[in-house]
Amino acid sequence: MPAVSKGDGMRGLAVFISDIRNCKSKEAEIKRINKELANIRSKFKGDKALDGYSKKKYVCKLLFIFLLGHDIDFGHMEAVNLLSSNRYTEKQIGYLFISVLVNSNSELIRLINNAIKNDLASRNPTFMGLALHCIANVGSREMAEAFAGEVPKILVAGDTMDSVKQSAALCLLRLYRTSPDLVPMGDWTSRVVHLLNDQHLGVVTAATSLITTLAQKNPEEFKTSVSLAVSRLSRIVTSASTDLQDYTYYFVPAPWLSVKLLRLLQCYPPPEDPAVRGRLTECLETILNKAQEPPKSKKVQHSNAKNAVLFEAISLIIHHDSEPNLLVRACNQLGQFLQHRETNLRYLALESMCTLASSEFSHEAVKTHIDTVINALKTERDVSVRQRAVDLLYAMCDRSNAQQIVAEMLSYLETADYSIREEIVLKVAILAEKYAVDYAWYVDTILNLIRIAGDYVSEEVWYRVIQIVINRDDVQGYAAKTVFEALQAPACHENLVKVGGYILGEFGNLIAGDPRSSPLVQFNLLHSKFHLCSVPTRALLLSTYIKFVNLFPEVKTTIQDVLRSDSQLKNADVELQQRAVEYLRLSTVASTDILATVLEEMPPFPERESSILAKLKKKKGPSTVTDLEDTKRERSVDVNGGPEPAPASTSAASTPSPSADLLGLGAAPAAPAGPPPSSGGGLLVDVFSDSASAVAPLAPGSEDNFARFVCKNNGVLFENQLLQIGLKSEFRQNLGRMFIFYGNKTSTQFLNFTPTLICPDDLQSRLNLQTKPVDPTVDGGAQVQQVVNIECVSDFTEAPVLNIQFRYGGTFQNVSVQLPITLNKFFQPTEMSSQDFFQRWKQLSNPQQEVQNIFKAKHPMDTEITKAKIIGFGSALLEEVDPNPANFVGAGIIHTKTTQIGCLLRLEPNLQAQMYRLTLRTSKETVSQRLCELLSQQF
Amino acid sequence: IRFILIQNRWYMQFDDDEKQKLIEEVHAVVTVRDAKHTNFVEFRNFKIIYRRYAGLYFCICVDVNDNNLAYLEAIHNFVEVLNEYFHNVCELDLVFNFYKVYTVVDEMFLAGEIRETSQTKVLKQLLMLQSLE
Repeated sequence: MPAVSKGDGMRGLAVFISDIRNCKSKEAEIKRINKELANIRSKFKGDKALDGYSKKKYVCKLLFIFLLGHDIDFGHMEAVNLLSSNRYTEKQIGYLFISVLVNSNSELIRLINNAIKNDLASRNPTFMGLALHCIANVGSREMAEAFAGEVPKILVAGDTMDSVKQSAALCLLRLYRTSPDLVPMGDWTSRVVHLLNDQHLGVVTAATSLITTLAQKNPEEFKTSVSLAVSRLSRIVTSASTDLQDYTYYFVPAPWLSVKLLRLLQCYPPPEDPAVRGRLTECLETILNKAQEPPKSKKVQHSNAKNAVLFEAISLIIHHDSEPNLLVRACNQLGQFLQHRETNLRYLALESMCTLASSEFSHEAVKTHIDTVINALKTERDVSVRQRAVDLLYAMCDRSNAQQIVAEMLSYLETADYSIREEIVLKVAILAEKYAVDYAWYVDTILNLIRIAGDYVSEEVWYRVIQIVINRDDVQGYAAKTVFEALQAPACHENLVKVGGYILGEFGNLIAGDPRSSPLVQFNLLHSKFHLCSVPTRALLLSTYIKFVNLFPEVKTTIQDVLRSDSQLKNADVELQQRAVEYLRLSTVASTDILATVLEEMPPFPERESSILAKLKKKKGPSTVTDLEDTKRERSVDVNGGPEPAPASTSAASTPSPSADLLGLGAAPAAPAGPPPSSGGGLLVDVFSDSASAVAPLAPGSEDNFARFVCKNNGVLFENQLLQIGLKSEFRQNLGRMFIFYGNKTSTQFLNFTPTLICPDDLQSRLNLQTKPVDPTVDGGAQVQQVVNIECVSDFTEAPVLNIQFRYGGTFQNVSVQLPITLNKFFQPTEMSSQDFFQRWKQLSNPQQEVQNIFKAKHPMDTEITKAKIIGFGSALLEEVDPNPANFVGAGIIHTKTTQIGCLLRLEPNLQAQMYRLTLRTSKETVSQRLCELLSQQF
Repeated sequence: IRFILIQNRWYMQFDDDEKQKLIEEVHAVVTVRDAKHTNFVEFRNFKIIYRRYAGLYFCICVDVNDNNLAYLEAIHNFVEVLNEYFHNVCELDLVFNFYKVYTVVDEMFLAGEIRETSQTKVLKQLLMLQSLE
């Protein structure tokens, strides 16, 4: 095979690259580059027309300079010229330059698209390949507009060469990813599915990727791919290692294609046809069997390729979660890997076992490996492997092994890497709470956490221990005694002071009978820490002191002295000063009865989702934290109806509320996340120039008007004596357009008429709004129109605010209304059968994927109106899906620029009680949450 | 695949500054790892699969649920093709022939997916293209 010589064909380029490499300093390099750029510029500008070769050479040099990290702002036109060359090498460099330095100049794009069009039509497979690769690499919307119709034709045409088919398949995939709306499904789809039968395995490989992506979004349309994929897979796994020749990699037949086919199958539930299902089970068994055979080669490539297929097969087994035998075999296989000498395999086995742990069929089998996993925690050198071990311990934890696992995690915490300490703390806190049989053990565990890793114990963790102690009177005395003892340590973490202060303030009386922990001893102990603590902790301690005044009248004067001291009353910190003043006054003027009422023991906290779990989910992303108990419980619930089992005490409540204000007393309660900020803070897309004046608070009634637009797109948004605002909007996929009509109801001109769109901070990155300013003068009786182009980048909760300012007569008018752009506008309805619906319903069974709301009907419960509202909401209304005909179910996909989120909803009316229960399940917690909020307001 | 570093092919929209930042970050997380570590690193919302050949790191950024070993071997398959094509490939070959390396990448990976895995087929195609020069 001939080796390629250095820079052959382009001597000038090789010389230039050598020069650059020989530069001794960055400055020298820049100098050399600038010299070259000047040279190229003059050649391009020169009178003499350059020949193709020179053009190619210079364009290639520019590309090299760009790749070194320098900006290139010319040469695009020359590159485009190269596209129409008939020489492969010139064309190739032209396309390469275009695909690396994409330019949005519209004239250029027109020329580029024209050249691509010619090449696609050229019937020359090499040129067609270059053109398709260019489209696939650039993948812009303009290209999708130009070629989304053409590429499928090339893909399925009978006379297309195999290599062109491969490129066309992936090119189409890229266009579908960037602009799904521009790639219409059609006749070609069924022919694409049949590419799975193609003789050329390269074509099958490319086609499988395309089909997998399309099937994720259009499962119904590509259903037939399942049986074809199974038979293709079966032929591969049963072939002898030499049968597939070119596609055998280190004695493994077509490993990448096998992986892709197994991934395609993960888009679907287990095959319904028993023959197909049987064949697939055989394939999976064969793959598991092969893992036990002696290796055909000692090379790592062999084992990697073989295990790539094995791990994907295990993923499919877990995805189906229906064959106990396979699940247990998978678990045993992974168990062997846990002790393998290859770090990669140990890592992957830990990771994969984590998902197995959440299947009821394999949970017990996973648990048998506990000692190996604990050992991994202690001995693995790579922190990411230890991290996986922690994850797995967390996933395999249940009541039977919680004490052991928590103890091991605590001891690992002492030496754990800083990067994962906080996460371990959260996990320990959750496990300790969830599996606590004995709450004394729970309290000990949390205090240990604070002792070992106090800095990593977040507020949520210590809030939670207080919530639990307050809610369980059987543990209060123990908790008081334990914190009291822990506080004896000469150096204790500030978090311990907080917990100790709070608990003694509530329950110090329970241990005050013991002279070793008399009220004065308790007070002195806490106060000895006071001066070392930060302001918030001191504030909390002051609250403890006033509670002591109520609990222990005998220390009242001591405490009053402390409160009265200059360091408190004249403290530079306003909060501390205020507490000291108010508490001192309270202790002086209030009668015992009043004191006892004001300073009464905290009432129990409402049971709700552990705030720690919420934090862990936030930290890790929802998918990685599976709540075992809930997943299992869900499995046993008949989704088709019947009462839900009573939620366990720690289960995910439907509306996680902001963590309670545990500092209590004096501090303002945390503001609920509510209406959008009316001014300051979050002014962002100020699309117009100079509106400096303050934005008005939301107009009264604006909330109601807003809600009316959730299920419809047109109507009057706002009206007062002067102004009427009407809306007309349309949405498609993740894009939308809204026409806002401003009507002047008076006979006088509005001057300086300035509408402004305001997105709160967080919304700005999620929702793109673009509009142009309107004419600042609106004549009496006239109407002006403004168009807002909307792009949903990712899912969002808040709504933008439309602020309108103008002068009417001598007065300044300022109006703000919420603009009804809501997440559900980006719904696309999806029709599905009852079976599909419940299949998917089950798949979305993690507690964080479901949000439920039970609420009272605000309007008459009319079936037809309800149906219309669900359709107006944007989802498909699925008839005859729910076994109970009184219920409504819907399905759809929320389109955002970054992802598409499948959503299922179910509305169960209860006519007698005049109530509804609404359940949303989507793959994303925030989406479930928001959609549930929006739809709940409608009935 | 979200992107491949070595020849910097991006299959996701990033602007130039973002690309530069990504390259630096990936470099920082990968180069501190030793041979006893796995060939996988979590990276932002993705993961990096990488393999080291002499002083050169070949890195592929993929989604977190993608198959680690399949991409690890895809890198090796790619390197074997380069080795055959350039006849004992070394870093210099990749620098001087950077525009050809792109062709090799595109033959084997396209649109963030594996396009062709047969070394024989890829090399045959590359030689055919070579003959057009």
